[in-house]
Amino acid sequence: MEGILAQTIVSGLLIGFLYALIAVGLTMIFGVMDIVNFAHGDYLMVAMYFSFWLFFLFGFDPLFSLPIVTILLFGLGVITYYLIIRPIINAPMLSQIFVTFGLLIFLRGLAQFLWKVDYRMIPQTLSSGNIEAFGIYFGKPQIIAAAGAVICNGVILWFLKKTRLGMALEAVAEDKEAARLMGIDSDRMYALAWGIGIASVGIAGVLLSSFYYVFPEVGANFGLIAFVVVALGGFGSIPGAFIAGIIVGLVEVLSGFLIAPSLKFMFVLAIYLAVVFVRPQGLLGHK
Amino acid sequence: MNELLIVQNITKRFGGLQANNNISFVVNKGEIIGLIGPNGAGKTTLFNCIACFYNVDEGKIFFKGSDISQSTPQRNCQLGIGRTFQIVRVFKDMTVLENIMIGAFLRNKHPRDAKRKAMDIAAIFGFAHKLQLKASSLTIAEQKRLEVARAVATDPELLLLDETMAGLNVQEVKESVELVLKLKERGITLILVEHVMEGIMSIADRVIVLDDGEKIAEGSPRDVINNDKVIQAYFGDKYHAKRREFTTSIQ
Repeated sequence: MEGILAQTIVSGLLIGFLYALIAVGLTMIFGVMDIVNFAHGDYLMVAMYFSFWLFFLFGFDPLFSLPIVTILLFGLGVITYYLIIRPIINAPMLSQIFVTFGLLIFLRGLAQFLWKVDYRMIPQTLSSGNIEAFGIYFGKPQIIAAAGAVICNGVILWFLKKTRLGMALEAVAEDKEAARLMGIDSDRMYALAWGIGIASVGIAGVLLSSFYYVFPEVGANFGLIAFVVVALGGFGSIPGAFIAGIIVGLVEVLSGFLIAPSLKFMFVLAIYLAVVFVRPQGLLGHK
Repeated sequence: MNELLIVQNITKRFGGLQANNNISFVVNKGEIIGLIGPNGAGKTTLFNCIACFYNVDEGKIFFKGSDISQSTPQRNCQLGIGRTFQIVRVFKDMTVLENIMIGAFLRNKHPRDAKRKAMDIAAIFGFAHKLQLKASSLTIAEQKRLEVARAVATDPELLLLDETMAGLNVQEVKESVELVLKLKERGITLILVEHVMEGIMSIADRVIVLDDGEKIAEGSPRDVINNDKVIQAYFGDKYHAKRREFTTSIQ
């Protein structure tokens, strides 16, 4: 029993790190420009397809595709900003919701149209296999994904706190007008936030594609979880998203293990409700 | 070339309201200009036009000889115009050091250089022992000072200070006046919007008075406070009795 429990907690932690990485981009875009990107999970799906096709057509292992897809998704994020988000930046919140929700429908529709609704999988990767330690089995792809997520989150945090560009991004997030007075071009910072936000979910997508099915609706579930993570961590808070990702991962696997697997998402979504009622600003967010 | 800023016949409208109407003046290098006027006279609008938060509807603004009337705040900042806000807008979630660093980054690409410069400026502004405090934990007077420090970190040649003395006690006003003089020593040209008369009259080289969107007077502080139009704008026609009181209180 203890062995299985330990196994469960480890897998909860591993998936939690990945949830954190998926959520970081969402919380960052919100933090910098107060826009909620409903299509966030669908960029995950796009990245997973990129990874799948790079494997299928050219035989690239996801680990080799990682830098390629990251750059592609960064570009996609920047293009999305200039093409779709920039015109609605001062629009009412409802219009902004419609636009990003429309983007969600468009991306899913496009994926269904181009790649059918089939579930696809990358069959064998460099990272396939298990390792055993202390009687607990670790899936190698999961470990690589978790490690990648931790590194990536760390790099983003370092970037925001210690570099010129990152601090400029934080300044824009706090006060756009005051940042402009410091000579910071807020428009470019917004584009950068979209680039980094979408690239980070892209990294998560590639890491996920080495052990998870790829299909047009795959973003729905992960996107929803990302929202729970962001709400729990506090909208706009990156350290918050990291902690919340781990909590959500643990809640998911533990409730699945201790209560019933079919109910695990109920408990995840219950976290969201609890946050809304008890602490709307989230763990590390501001009122 | 001694003229740093030339404002030429500028007009700014908001719908039917003329917030600034045909205003012209010149600011020379090294001067301290006081910009005064009753509430709603258009002082902050004029600041926003010079900083290019608003673009003027008519007229031209020249800074160091180049036309900035349709520029943007970030470009102006790069050219050397800094400003502070009437209501403090420091980066509250950041530390004092980080706030000043954001300004210093404009002309120092490397974080190490920006940090060194920010520490120098922090020392001048009396923040040497508060570098790691969150900006939100400072008093309002300190936050106002931090905003000036942050603006100074961008190496401005012209600094627009919007009511940095409002809401401060007598001691703090005194410190604020000393600070402004220190900035002048650094070779920064200043335009101050101020309601606190005793603060501005003692340090301004020239005073410009706005009323109802128009420039009604310009000159030395002494000339301006004896100007009939100015007294009328502040007190109205009927309050001639108050006039003596007003001028003596300032002198």
